[in-house]
Amino acid sequence: MKTAEEILAAIKTALPEAKVELVQNPSVSGQHSLVVAPEDGLAVAVFLRDDSELALDFCSNATGVDWLDKETTEKVKATEVVDGEEKVIEKTVKHIQPGYLESVYHLYSMRQKHGPVIFRMRTANRTDQVELPSMTPVWRSCEFQEREIFDLFGIVFKGHPDLRRILMWDEFEDHPMRRDYVDPDDYEYEPTPHDEVLKRAQEHQAQQNEAKQAAEVTQ
Amino acid sequence: MAVEPDLKIELGKQGVFVTTLNELYNWGRRNSVWPMQFGLACCAIEMIATTMARYDLARFGAEVFRPSPRQADLMIISGTVTKKMAPQVVRLYNQMAEPRYVIAMGACAISGGPFKQGYNVLKGIDRYIPVDVHIPGCPPRPEALIHAFMTLQKRIEEQPLTGENRPRHLDADAQGLFPVPEPGAHDLVPPVNRLVWPLPAPKPDATEKQG
Amino acid sequence: MSTAAFKSYRPPVIEPSNEGELLEVAMGPHHPSTHGVFRMDVALDGEIVIKLKPVFGYLHRNHEKIAEKASYLASMPYTDRLDYFCSMTNNWAYAIAVEKLAGIEVPERAQYIRVITAELTRIQNHASAIGFLLQEMGASGTPLMYAFREREKILDIFEELSGSRMMCNYMRFGGCRVELPKDWLEKVAAIVDGLPRFIDEIEALLTGNEILMARTQGVGVLKPDLAVNAGITGPMLRATGVNYDIRKVDRYGIYDRFEFRVPLGDHGDIYDRYMVRVLEMRESVGILRQALKDVPAGPIVDPKQKVRGFRPKPGEAYGRIEGPKGELGFYLISDGSGNPYRYRVRPPSLINLTVLEDMCIGQNVADVVLTFGSVDIVLGEVDR
Repeated sequence: MKTAEEILAAIKTALPEAKVELVQNPSVSGQHSLVVAPEDGLAVAVFLRDDSELALDFCSNATGVDWLDKETTEKVKATEVVDGEEKVIEKTVKHIQPGYLESVYHLYSMRQKHGPVIFRMRTANRTDQVELPSMTPVWRSCEFQEREIFDLFGIVFKGHPDLRRILMWDEFEDHPMRRDYVDPDDYEYEPTPHDEVLKRAQEHQAQQNEAKQAAEVTQ
Repeated sequence: MAVEPDLKIELGKQGVFVTTLNELYNWGRRNSVWPMQFGLACCAIEMIATTMARYDLARFGAEVFRPSPRQADLMIISGTVTKKMAPQVVRLYNQMAEPRYVIAMGACAISGGPFKQGYNVLKGIDRYIPVDVHIPGCPPRPEALIHAFMTLQKRIEEQPLTGENRPRHLDADAQGLFPVPEPGAHDLVPPVNRLVWPLPAPKPDATEKQG
Repeated sequence: MSTAAFKSYRPPVIEPSNEGELLEVAMGPHHPSTHGVFRMDVALDGEIVIKLKPVFGYLHRNHEKIAEKASYLASMPYTDRLDYFCSMTNNWAYAIAVEKLAGIEVPERAQYIRVITAELTRIQNHASAIGFLLQEMGASGTPLMYAFREREKILDIFEELSGSRMMCNYMRFGGCRVELPKDWLEKVAAIVDGLPRFIDEIEALLTGNEILMARTQGVGVLKPDLAVNAGITGPMLRATGVNYDIRKVDRYGIYDRFEFRVPLGDHGDIYDRYMVRVLEMRESVGILRQALKDVPAGPIVDPKQKVRGFRPKPGEAYGRIEGPKGELGFYLISDGSGNPYRYRVRPPSLINLTVLEDMCIGQNVADVVLTFGSVDIVLGEVDR
């Protein structure tokens, strides 16, 4: 089995124009991944599948990940003139790194019996530019899994033959696996509420009381 | 009018069997409760295990699992009811002919159970249809299902044929159809049927905490 | 970047034979012979299936979302409820993923017990799968009764070990939860000794049965190249003749110590799937006999292993095992906190259904249920 670096080199020699990066995985599992620019996704995937040495003919797992906007703080020293004196003031500057949605594919080879090679693509942002190329034409196993990603994360796969919601009903509008999804308020009461549930139960109770009071006033 | 038990036994020894219409009617009903062949989740496997050789639900006159709701008397809600499935469950219940009974099997059917926090999980089937017997457990053992079954049989036996507490099929004014919820943009519409699941009274301590 | 033409797999398209109207039938979600709440929207031309679209989600219980809100250990009981026939193998797959993520070693004794419980699970799953398949064929009761008789014996063993019949919740990160009860291994050995007789019985009933052959041979055929491309795993893949068993490929746990063969089919039809399952049960009995011989003494879980407040370092890991239904994988991303940032289950049942349409198109509608049954799915895992 080639290492991730060697696979990257093989892609670079076969497809010199493709934008592919290696992302190190700090975990002990040592499963490093290749991040591919969405416009090159299909070409790289076809290469990975049809290359005789790699022969990654089996796409085991396809999934989405939601990365929220990341706020990083940085301390910056700046000189400022305060009351006619120059002072060195430490300032904390906030950077907002825009979030993105990511699709992750775990590839194995049934012919060569090696793997996994991890292949990722990232959208430009989380709101309006959420299109990625579909891998279903290359690996049929992505068909339902990409529909699931579309349903739960809201990534739109271009080139998918049948992109519909798979788990939720068609009228549903949200993407529940996103990290900022808010559940519908359908808690009636909890026998033993605690932590977050207690907070939600109290909020729910307050709403119910308001509704009740309003009903009494109208009567 | 009921017959005195001692007199009944004595007469039985003489070869005379005495009964009331009420008893005879309920005896027939309780010993031929046909469940619907309707599995939802994990509990369905325990339900199947209950009908198999070791637990043998046939001893209670209930081995005939009917695939059609029209022929069934009992609906065993065996597992998690999701919001996508809830309209179908209510529709199936509506299609059943009276007399009909519901057993909510397992924690999920009662309240959502371990999956209560889920966005697609209905927090208890009681929100849409009336339930006769609840069985706790995740999943309940086959013995628990048999116990629930016997509880239901006892209930049927005790039902009078006339008066306030008569069974629903003898009451012309009883509610027959239950509204089927519609799938909405964020949740089921309506999220709960207030006729079968009234608003719980606000807890005094919960309101105090909010100030 | 432009791509040259490459091979792509789509379901076959059949033109309706006459000008009559197509009949659209929704099979499910309440259907007497589906394995739960599953719907197939079928378009029929007379008796012939022209189109088939599976509809999922009637048992979508938000396992992944709940797991991302809960601690690593708190998800272990939820994995039991994924594929509720095989809680032990689900536990093992999740434990393997976490062990990969955090680099945890498993003691020898725990490895042996994991193999024993997993192979018992495989046997009871395959037995029940055959029972349900025959149930769908119209042999109501008898084969399923035989399968459940054997299953109950195995469940008794599990109950004695873990306290629960179905939802065992037995594995932990770096070992197993509790020490074996007294005489447990002897009881397992006694059951394992009885299993070949049960498999012989099933085979005597079914393997040469003419009705079974007529209904299953040449029905629901799957080609190996499509099976590989569509990510089919487990007995269904091996019935097409592709030699891919993760127990052999990854050699996870201690499977490299046991001698066993991988049964392969030749035609990829329903009969081959049935046969592969029967032969796999026989191989599992062999593995169990070897494993039961030399279970070493020692700790069942590393005593230094932290159970509460478990926080793996940031990173990600994908762990997989050969479950009874196929490749069961868990993909975890840790951000260093007590609960996973992303928790994903790779469900073999869902992905094996990808080719259901390909297998059913052009067949009689009566064979749709049979083909569907031979995939051996559990809805808890399909929808999660």
